[in-house]
Amino acid sequence: MNLEKLREIREVSLQDQQQVLSEGNIKITICMSTSGIAAGAREVKKTLLREIAERDIKQVVVAQTGEKGLQTFEPVIIVEEKDKPRVMYGNVTPEIMTTIIVEHILNGQPVKRFLWTGEDADKIEGQEHPFFEKQVKLVLSNCGEIDPESIDEYIGAGGYQALGKALSSMTPDEVIEEITNAGLRGRGGAGFSTGLKWSFTRKATGDTKYIICNADEGDPGAFMDRSVLEGDPHAVLEGMLIAGYAIGAREGIVYTRAEYPLAIHRLEIAIKQAQKFGLLGENIFESGFSFTIEIRQGAGAFVCGEETALIASIEGERGMPRIRPPFPAQSGLWGKPTNINNVETFANVRHIIIHGAEWYRNMGTPKSPGTKVFALAGKIKNSGLIEVPMGMPLRDVIFTVGGGMKTDKPFKAVQMGGPSGGCIPASLLDTIVDYDSINQTGAIMGSGGMVVMDSSTCMVDVAKFFLNFTQNESCGKCTFCRIGTNRMLEILTRITEGKGKMEDLDILMELSKKIKTTSLCGLGQTAPNPVLTTLKYFREEYIAHIQDKRCPAGVCKALITFKIDAEKCVGCTACARKCPVNCISGEVKKPHVINQDACIKCGSCYDTCKFNAITKS
Amino acid sequence: MLKNKKQIDEVIYKFIGKKGPLIPLLQEIQSLEGYLSKETMRYVADKSGIHLAKIYGVATFYSMFQLKPQGKHIVRICKGTACHVAGANIISDTLCNELGLKEGEESSEDGLFTVMEVACLGCCGLAPAMMIDKDVHGKLTPEKTRLVIHEIRQAEGASHES
Repeated sequence: MNLEKLREIREVSLQDQQQVLSEGNIKITICMSTSGIAAGAREVKKTLLREIAERDIKQVVVAQTGEKGLQTFEPVIIVEEKDKPRVMYGNVTPEIMTTIIVEHILNGQPVKRFLWTGEDADKIEGQEHPFFEKQVKLVLSNCGEIDPESIDEYIGAGGYQALGKALSSMTPDEVIEEITNAGLRGRGGAGFSTGLKWSFTRKATGDTKYIICNADEGDPGAFMDRSVLEGDPHAVLEGMLIAGYAIGAREGIVYTRAEYPLAIHRLEIAIKQAQKFGLLGENIFESGFSFTIEIRQGAGAFVCGEETALIASIEGERGMPRIRPPFPAQSGLWGKPTNINNVETFANVRHIIIHGAEWYRNMGTPKSPGTKVFALAGKIKNSGLIEVPMGMPLRDVIFTVGGGMKTDKPFKAVQMGGPSGGCIPASLLDTIVDYDSINQTGAIMGSGGMVVMDSSTCMVDVAKFFLNFTQNESCGKCTFCRIGTNRMLEILTRITEGKGKMEDLDILMELSKKIKTTSLCGLGQTAPNPVLTTLKYFREEYIAHIQDKRCPAGVCKALITFKIDAEKCVGCTACARKCPVNCISGEVKKPHVINQDACIKCGSCYDTCKFNAITKS
Repeated sequence: MLKNKKQIDEVIYKFIGKKGPLIPLLQEIQSLEGYLSKETMRYVADKSGIHLAKIYGVATFYSMFQLKPQGKHIVRICKGTACHVAGANIISDTLCNELGLKEGEESSEDGLFTVMEVACLGCCGLAPAMMIDKDVHGKLTPEKTRLVIHEIRQAEGASHES
């Protein structure tokens, strides 16, 4: 491979794509991400291919991409024609697919009622929708646009240009300088300067050095890395290659969750293709630089997201963190200097090399340049994968890009940073997305999980949920992390059962302080954050549980009961039929009764009753 | 006596001499055997020269390794944040109730199902979600959950009869 060949491949690829969209042709793209497939994209694709064959439609080209970002609206399909706006359909079923074929493909009439934007769609394209309009897609620029299983499409979209540039016209030190000047900070959560990290590993003595891509995305409520690996795996490989050149490594390892089979599959394809094209292997771009990449699957341990634990896991040990220093940059995998960055960080690299540090700094804030990918979820309209420039207020992320609340229940908090993060209340919605501003709230930027909560979410229960997680995932090495989180969980459980005491709040604070200061790694140091932030911003909810024995959100089971009002109940039996544990009894047309001992308090009856005869107290 | 002795031997030979082989080695053996029994771990220790204590230590550390026999279908209930706030607890209660699982039990008596909780399936837009074998079922309600289990039972019953 050399620059000339890369240019040729790119031109051919671009011509091919033009061909696809030439006069009279129609391109139909299906988003085949994990979430798309979970929502039924495979069945839709089958229907599409069958219809095309049965109706003998010649001018249609079917393509696949990774995640477009609209998870709530999966399966998503996009119809494109020359000189016409793109048409994007959401919640497509096999039946809807057939209708689209008949009305749109054969009769040329886009089917407005199935557009993802719903009834309020005044524009066909949907790209002007605030969901897309306010986003700046850098890391996600190819996700949902190109076929992740085609290296030609990646090269057509400008792929491997950055690697070519770095290898042919930049020294390793110049690469590091460019990344440092760009101010890229580690997207895994802590936000350490990527350039600085690279320079430490470059300066470390030793002939053998390693690059590790941390794809062990363990935060509940986070799927950014998976989406990037599924949607644009070559971008991650290119970032690793450039990092390898910069620090002087010949080997790279992607450490990924085994729970991501599709991401692993696409990564394997990408590695094979890159090898075939001479972009991995010996003497890449005729520069004398050689590099290989292999995949290692994790075995399910959240703590392995921590660098030293991750290294232990690759070495075949229990994934327990160790004392630093020495840092992995000096002594990492097999005792050799090792540089670890996460998926999103690597995916940023090629843009900085191509466009330069100054261009990159134009996005975001002075201390946090660039963009950030978030997995937006919870009680929000547009759940999915988004990328926004740093500096955007949380309010815009949630209410403009996210489309606001899913139901008419009001916004209560947004959880950022998963088990290491915290809950940010409505009063702080003007906080901007950057590492330092988010830290000030007590939450952390984290890797990008953002879960929106409304008034039906109990904040004590959320704190308990995260403590349950960290307590489970603590590796057990540090006493306070192992036992302290357990004690905190016990206290929180007591409070949610209405057995809490006011002193418990002081004990929670004290334990939090001790766990934070006496734990070796990030897991323990940040484990109390969900409790601390909810205690800070939602103290009154804790007090309601303790003093009034009441759960204001109506979540904590021990504190709620469902009852049937005999006067309002008409005996329609709807609730009894819905009850998952069959604990509602009564004759037809006569008032029903709930057996409180068997009731699991799922609320199915409450949601089902059309006569408001069921009360929750 | 181990069922897949020959294949296990092949896996062990494949990894001998490689750096850090234990986790991928155990992963492959588990996929052959379904789980890691005491007998299997002893056998691997004897054959590979890796201490049994180390094998057991690794097998108990990572949540992916199973030390008990598993049901025919593995149900993974997502306990991610988005699923939690969308009512994942109700889904798991419904499921345990439907399968007759008591506190602490994981597998149904008929050997058809093993239920486990996972941190996040990454389908937060489809919350609450669960994964049965390789299929994700999203936007669950108690009713829908029971229906999915019924369908699998029916399919199993049908194949049993035929």
